[in-house]
Amino acid sequence: MSDKTLTQLCQTAGCAAKIGPGVLAEVVKNLPRYENKNLLLGFDTSDDACVYDLGDGRYLIETIDFFPPMVDDPYVFGQIAAANALSDVYAMGGKPFLAMNLLCFPTCLELERVKAILQGGHDKAVEAKTVIAGGHTIDDFTPKYGLSVSGFAASDSLLTNAGAKEGDVLVLTKPLGTGILTTALKAEMLEDKDYQALIKSMTKLNNIDLSGIEVHACTDVTGFSLMGHGREMADGANVTIEIFAERVPQFDAALNFARMGMIPAGAYRNREFLKDKVVCDEMPLELTDVLFDPQTSGGLLIALPEKEAAKIDAPIIGQVLPRGQKSIHVRKTA
Amino acid sequence: MIEINACGLSCPEPVVMLAKALKDKPEEAVICVDAPAACENCTRFATNAGYSVEKTTQDNKTVLTCRIKR
Repeated sequence: MSDKTLTQLCQTAGCAAKIGPGVLAEVVKNLPRYENKNLLLGFDTSDDACVYDLGDGRYLIETIDFFPPMVDDPYVFGQIAAANALSDVYAMGGKPFLAMNLLCFPTCLELERVKAILQGGHDKAVEAKTVIAGGHTIDDFTPKYGLSVSGFAASDSLLTNAGAKEGDVLVLTKPLGTGILTTALKAEMLEDKDYQALIKSMTKLNNIDLSGIEVHACTDVTGFSLMGHGREMADGANVTIEIFAERVPQFDAALNFARMGMIPAGAYRNREFLKDKVVCDEMPLELTDVLFDPQTSGGLLIALPEKEAAKIDAPIIGQVLPRGQKSIHVRKTA
Repeated sequence: MIEINACGLSCPEPVVMLAKALKDKPEEAVICVDAPAACENCTRFATNAGYSVEKTTQDNKTVLTCRIKR
């Protein structure tokens, strides 16, 4: 049996393990496409899930998400992986109803820990009123877990990342910095209170009730960071997004750990990939680090009219402007 | 002088090795890294800990020389 902790079995962690957007675009660009008129969203938009029109007023939403552990507690890891996978359905304005497990683990890992991963996933699915109906398991050196999730949205409640309108404000429902804090955790520098705040956020479902609220665009912030997913939102609506760095919620310890160089490689990849799309005003580097930090089970980024924003318990972090040269302009303050 | 070889290691290992090396405030420490993120992160850590950092890159490896600021 392995005496290694879960994270010691991994090179990368959580959504920081995601392949960078530049590489991803390259590997999928020449794939053949089988067209289907009922497929409303697929490969061609950078959205969170694919959407299929069932023709009876309902849209079917399908998504899959899995990654290696970023915490050593297998039960907590299972919860995080499930919350993260379910999030894509919520980000499309849907409700999940059916899921399947995707699990990889080395046979040296004792079965109690494997069971705990699945227990965490199933408990989170129950909380989301979602049935896990089966799955597939592979023997692999690096543990990985996640779900494929199916959900429904009424055709008039579907949300995409492309509907932002000039004059909208942007709210963000979870603090940023999960990549930085999990890096500090791996370095054994994270204090317990910061660890507790981190796992509380990463295990939280994005099942925010948006009924009766006029929402124009929505996406969940994951591996491509707030800037990466914000960029997709800006380009999808041909607008420029302005972000106020000091208004962006982040974990208490994130700024200090950024100064100390506890920054995952994915954050540098995101910053490099977005260098022509995002412009930052003059400000200390560590203030912008969280903006490029890959998030695991991050919050929802929602574009909506200012009067509607008060109905959501989340801070306003920016606004939508007419299209300028860049996709995103980061200012220090509002 | 402290010398650390962190080539082939991924974050946060190089920066953790550097953190341990700088704990007792030595005059100088040298760390060799080969990942861009490790180079950035070690530079940040050393700068934040009160060291000046000099970089020399050869092939894909970067040697960071950290000297305590007086």
